Amino acid sequence: MTGGTGVPDGHDHEEPSFIRKYIFSTDHKMIARQFLFQSLFFLVIGGLLAAMMRWQLGFPGQPMPGGGIFPDAMVAPTPEGAIMLPEFYNSLVTMHGTIMIFFAIMPLLVGLFGNLLIPLQIGAEDMAFPRLNMVSFWLAVPAGILMLAGFAVEGGAAGAGWTSYAPLSTSGEWTGVYLGQQLWLASLTILGFSSLAGAVNYITTIINMRAPGMTWFRIPLPTWSLFITAILILLAIPILAGALIMLLFDQTIGTGFFRPDVGGEPILWQHLFWFFGHPEVYILILPGMGIVSEVISNRSRKPIFGYHAMVLAMISIAFLGWIVWGHHMFQSGMNPLLGTSFMISTMAIAVPSAIKTFNWLGTLWRGNIHYDTPLLHAVAFVSMFIIGGLSGIFMANTPVDMYLHDTYFIVAHIHYVLFGGSLFAIFAGITFWFPKMFGRMMNETLGKVHFALTFVFYNMVFFPMHNLGLGGMMRRLYDPTEYEFLQTLQPMNKFVSISAFLLVGTQVLFAFNFFWSLFRGRKATANPWNSNTLEWTVPSPPPHGNFAEMPVVYRGPYEYSSPETDDDYYPQNVPPREHPPVAPAPAPFTPSPEPGGAE
Amino acid sequence: MNWSWLLPESVSTFGPDIDRIYYVVLWITGITFVLTEALLLYFLLRYRHKEGRKAHYTHGNNRLEIVWTVVPAIILLGLAFTSKGVWARVKSELPSGAVELVVEAKQFEWNITYPGADGTLGTDDDFTKRNELHIPVNQPVIVNLRAEDVIHSFFLPEFRVKQDALPGKNIPVWFEATETGEFTLACAELCGIGHYRMGGRVIVHSAADYEAWIQTEVAGGQQ
Amino acid sequence: MMTTQAATIDRVREEGSGVYTLKLGMWIFLLSEVMFFTGLIGSYIILRFAHPTDFADPGQVLNVQLTAFNTFVLICSSVTMVKAFAAIEQGDQVGLKRWLLATIILGAFFVGVQVVEYIALTSEGFVPMAEAYAALGREHGTTVIGGPLYGATFYMMTGFHGTHVTIGVLCLMFTYWRARQGKYTATSHGGVEIMGLYWHFVDLVWILLFTIVYLI
Repeated sequence: MTGGTGVPDGHDHEEPSFIRKYIFSTDHKMIARQFLFQSLFFLVIGGLLAAMMRWQLGFPGQPMPGGGIFPDAMVAPTPEGAIMLPEFYNSLVTMHGTIMIFFAIMPLLVGLFGNLLIPLQIGAEDMAFPRLNMVSFWLAVPAGILMLAGFAVEGGAAGAGWTSYAPLSTSGEWTGVYLGQQLWLASLTILGFSSLAGAVNYITTIINMRAPGMTWFRIPLPTWSLFITAILILLAIPILAGALIMLLFDQTIGTGFFRPDVGGEPILWQHLFWFFGHPEVYILILPGMGIVSEVISNRSRKPIFGYHAMVLAMISIAFLGWIVWGHHMFQSGMNPLLGTSFMISTMAIAVPSAIKTFNWLGTLWRGNIHYDTPLLHAVAFVSMFIIGGLSGIFMANTPVDMYLHDTYFIVAHIHYVLFGGSLFAIFAGITFWFPKMFGRMMNETLGKVHFALTFVFYNMVFFPMHNLGLGGMMRRLYDPTEYEFLQTLQPMNKFVSISAFLLVGTQVLFAFNFFWSLFRGRKATANPWNSNTLEWTVPSPPPHGNFAEMPVVYRGPYEYSSPETDDDYYPQNVPPREHPPVAPAPAPFTPSPEPGGAE
Repeated sequence: MNWSWLLPESVSTFGPDIDRIYYVVLWITGITFVLTEALLLYFLLRYRHKEGRKAHYTHGNNRLEIVWTVVPAIILLGLAFTSKGVWARVKSELPSGAVELVVEAKQFEWNITYPGADGTLGTDDDFTKRNELHIPVNQPVIVNLRAEDVIHSFFLPEFRVKQDALPGKNIPVWFEATETGEFTLACAELCGIGHYRMGGRVIVHSAADYEAWIQTEVAGGQQ
Repeated sequence: MMTTQAATIDRVREEGSGVYTLKLGMWIFLLSEVMFFTGLIGSYIILRFAHPTDFADPGQVLNVQLTAFNTFVLICSSVTMVKAFAAIEQGDQVGLKRWLLATIILGAFFVGVQVVEYIALTSEGFVPMAEAYAALGREHGTTVIGGPLYGATFYMMTGFHGTHVTIGVLCLMFTYWRARQGKYTATSHGGVEIMGLYWHFVDLVWILLFTIVYLI
């Protein structure tokens, strides 16, 4: 502890050991890459789980190809092959949702882009608390292992849905899952600590470690969005943690918080879960909005339209996000008057999202749009987010929700926001910042083919789900053909399933492009996209400590096609030509601990 | 494959009200969808990169910002205020002169208790049917919804009725059928391994048939 | 520890919160803690309103006098913590160590009393497990007082607070150990300051919990 307190004076001149550099690294860029690889792994797992679910939904009761590799607790072996069991299907539903939300999308947006971008974009040498940052990642790893361990234990993985409504989740008596549910709870609790450590770090870093001239309204939008996101995480995760631990006690020692048989309140779980859960929804989309704003402005070579409106919209989401949780519970038996007020607040929170969409359109208007892979993904985000946003209005409307609640309409909605939204933003972000992360460019042709196929198959999977929902098909159904009125929907279910296999298969292209480019991609220059923000002023990939000297910021991040320069970009750190810099001269760069000194 | 965005026919008194709001929302969102996506496509094609062209340098327009803040806000809040009446009527205004039943959900079946010949629940001639909800047409029905074990959701798609059944609570749900025939009763909330097969039938009788059915059931139950 | 260098950098940096990073981080972390206890207290209030008969009157089951004394001890430990901070602000190393030690002892005493209380209560049938709940109260009558939610919420709230105090005591020991090595000076003592922030927060939460759980 003593030696480790504070970085030794100046840079780490000698090369750190392999373990310090690649495993227990405190460098925010390395931690970002660690999160990237872990999350991509979970993205693959989550995708495969989805494909298995789609097999069962498209071809219920038919032997699953390759299903023979699963133990008898998950599949029923027949002479023709292995047929999925309903308990395994419920585990798939639960684990697909949980893994995608908590172990893929969230760590990609927050763990990867938060770590990669925040210090670089504000001109800091690293996070405020580099070792806390390392702890954040190394808590996410055991959390992930515990989550996956559910599949290996007796009774299988958690099967009460990613929302784990009580009392279904309070005892294995109801689901047949005992240890799996407890592992699920423990894993998410640990992951909560990981997220908290990250959030404290991000907020502190953004408030206190900005380079001179980087005023609040010169902060690039990805960092702004991550700042708001971190605040939401900071305040929402502890609510979830408390609820998870109470549920864990109900499961293990037999308390009765959520168990109605001994006087507990199952609805309390829903209130706690969604009080966390709705801010969580914005945690999952805001960073995507930030990334997309950056990419669209840059690739249109045009300042972002309404920068202040963009920031204010995010801030208002951060406030309104706390008073809309009840819209997940319209049919739960809550007071109808309360339902009405939640409908009104929910309609209100749709406004900032509309503002953002119009501003993206405004940014493209009269731009000079370069059709690179990141832009294509970013524009796909906008167009899919429009669908996801509009479909949300149906369910925000309480009478219409009577019919659509818990049908495939909501499944379509969440995937238009989380896949069409967040995941396309992640693709945009990875392709855009890949050169900064790894010093090489990704292959454009492969990138475009991957984009086109993903976009088409994605819509073939999720658009028909609206129609399935309108037809009345409930979510989380192991076998829809059990219901007579759903049998007419079966051709569509088959269509969705085949499209889903194609969608999952297409991702091989991305994986191939990713790894091929990692080793064989064209070497990247420091600023391949002619961008304005500070991360592009340092080499690709940036050295330890990022900036050779502390940068000075003279203007906002989106001064593209400014009349003041001949180029179509005007980096934040370039002194104005006519007016010599008045800002203080940059001090020699020496990272060092804070005056407090102590850990 | 049915790519239609129309709702299946509804057979309850408030069904058309709910459907009407749905179609209003569908029109509003549909028009918004077409306009925004068309604009997006147009901008993408019209303003694609050309050598030597510089993008228009602007940081936005406050008047526009106000317009696209206020207009959606008015539409959305207007939508909320115009539909709250239907919601209140469906969820909180219990009708008088209704047939009262008890529906108790448990893993994985619906047990429906009928008041028997005397028309009151809690008497000796009450009888219970499994997964069969018999009701008269053109007369309101109040279902006292309960659950024994976990949360289930009482879903009558054709009636536009959905209500979670909570263990330890009694939640009254009302509706009134406008057509005779056989319809679906489904569970809409994941309730365990057998959730997918927790379905039942709703049989809507004419008033006379319903009376007759009650009589035969009572007689059959006391044989 | 390189205070002068750090100060130059801070002057060059864009104006942030005006608070040094370590302290800012602690404040932000405490915000999260506020939400955590808000969730617990909120749940308690909801459960208690929904099931009033599950909860006993003050003093029926819980020993208010003992805990009132324990509350006093915890408040005293906040005073000694302030004293420790005041000492190091003057550069008084001896005072720092003395007052830190006092805080540790008082904090540990608080946890100890809580453990003793837990043992006594569980032996009287006041347990968190719903099926085993059988609290007969301090009169040791024959009727069970309150219900399972009472036991569960009591142990959840006091237990989480106790865990926070225990972690606090461990951190205090670490701070004490560093103080003994002379790591803190009149100009550099952020560790002591953030330790104090955390400790006062835990103290404050206890006053709230004591009021809600024991007195109302």
